[in-house]
Amino acid sequence: MTIDDLLRKRGEWLRGEGPESDIVVSTRIRLARNLAEFPFASRASQQDREKIEEVIRQVVSQSPFFKDVLFVEVDKISELDRQFLVERQLMSREHAEASHPRALVIHPTERFSLMINEEDHLRIQAVQSGLNLEACWQLVNEVDDEIEKHVVYAFDEKFGYLTACPTNAGTGMRVSVMLHMPALGMARQIEKVFRSLQKLSLAVRGLYGEGSQAMGELYQISNQITLGRSEQEILKNIGDIIPSILNYEREARAFLLKESRDQLHDRISRAYGILRTAQMISSEEAMHLLSSVRMGVMLGLIEDLDIPFLNDLFLHVQPAHLQKLVGTELDGDDRNLERARFLREQLNRRASAGQQKSQSI
Amino acid sequence: MKCQRCDKEAHFHITELTGPKPVEIHLCQDCVREYLSENPNEAVAAAGAAASLAQQMLQQMAVSQTAEELEKLDKLSCPVCGITYFQFRTQGRLGCAHDYTCFRKELENLLVHIHGENQHYGKRPSRPAKHSQLLTTLIRLRREMQQAIAEEKYELAGQIRDEIRHIENQVKNHPG
Repeated sequence: MTIDDLLRKRGEWLRGEGPESDIVVSTRIRLARNLAEFPFASRASQQDREKIEEVIRQVVSQSPFFKDVLFVEVDKISELDRQFLVERQLMSREHAEASHPRALVIHPTERFSLMINEEDHLRIQAVQSGLNLEACWQLVNEVDDEIEKHVVYAFDEKFGYLTACPTNAGTGMRVSVMLHMPALGMARQIEKVFRSLQKLSLAVRGLYGEGSQAMGELYQISNQITLGRSEQEILKNIGDIIPSILNYEREARAFLLKESRDQLHDRISRAYGILRTAQMISSEEAMHLLSSVRMGVMLGLIEDLDIPFLNDLFLHVQPAHLQKLVGTELDGDDRNLERARFLREQLNRRASAGQQKSQSI
Repeated sequence: MKCQRCDKEAHFHITELTGPKPVEIHLCQDCVREYLSENPNEAVAAAGAAASLAQQMLQQMAVSQTAEELEKLDKLSCPVCGITYFQFRTQGRLGCAHDYTCFRKELENLLVHIHGENQHYGKRPSRPAKHSQLLTTLIRLRREMQQAIAEEKYELAGQIRDEIRHIENQVKNHPG
């Protein structure tokens, strides 16, 4: 498997399946782990980092559990490939932007990945489509157990798994649920939800994690507390709060449909129209419009598209994906031209396929 | 007067008239910016600032100490990785696993500030925590061995190498 092989694949988090997938895009859990016999990242020498990478490479190559994974030396691939892997949510922006030796291990299904030499020696990440906390935990736990057969983690009876930043100590676990919440945004209710979440020690982030903007009305909700609560308690804490957030979004959708159906339908149809006819479009605008169209599909206002197809477009309009699809590196304006061309082709092909189908019936 | 949202000096004194009653708010330069830009993206960005949560908490703890105490504390350094408390306090990142032992008292407080707790519950590795501590001492021993070699103290380097092997075997022969 190569990085380019991922391009035509959907990847776990965009399958558009699983419980509550009308709002919950994906469930993601990451565990922060460090090897006891090496200094943490801030004090690690080039040599330490190379050794850490080697230790994990050995584990991965020896264990049948990791058969068929792709081992990527992140410092040796192109800038475009790095951005591509960030867009696929397989690694963090920080991991892409660092300059020291570091690696990424990707399972072919993209259900789990390992970042080596990120802020901690090891960041194990598992992803499931839809709201799937327990399955996601089982997977990440299994990967963790498998690695732990071969290495000694930094662990303390009192403080749990020891991490470079004390905010991650204890379980080292961060659970993130990615939600698509366009109606709460339109109804200007989203800040209220965020504020109540912050009171519950839950953080809200944009698509690409810390400090990123909420592109395409996609938000990630995650736990802040990692110490003093077991993994099961942390999962339960998030699991208990998600249904009420989903409820807010569904109520907002119902409210918009009831009180301003015509305006909503108009807005969604215009978004669809722009995507099918625009000659130049930025990724932000494309994501924002796709977000409206996605909601239109969910509410039955657009009938000739489905969610997995839209999820693909969400990903493919992003800069690195677009450039890899076109097969050449492009600068801003050219990218906006190609992006618009790509969207017109994809959406008009879908629409005409849909028409043929209905005519033949 | 201190800012209502953090521990800095409040320079902005706002009387909010939008609610049913006037409300007085006292904020510092950073928090006022946040306060004045109440839109969803800002809320997301503010939540994202949690990355520096450890630093904020550390600053808060530093404020509550006398200059003398803090000066002494800042000089404390880890024998394994060499990081000083001052470096940790300003960067918000620890240098090795032994820092959790070396700065134990300060971290116990800090972790309560961050997580509301400082006793871990939940998953634990199958291997004993003692192995973790033993292996962390290798960081110091390896450095000392390299130094001994650089200074051409080969006998000492040999002794340290034996010590390293001893620890490695101890961990290898008693897995879990």
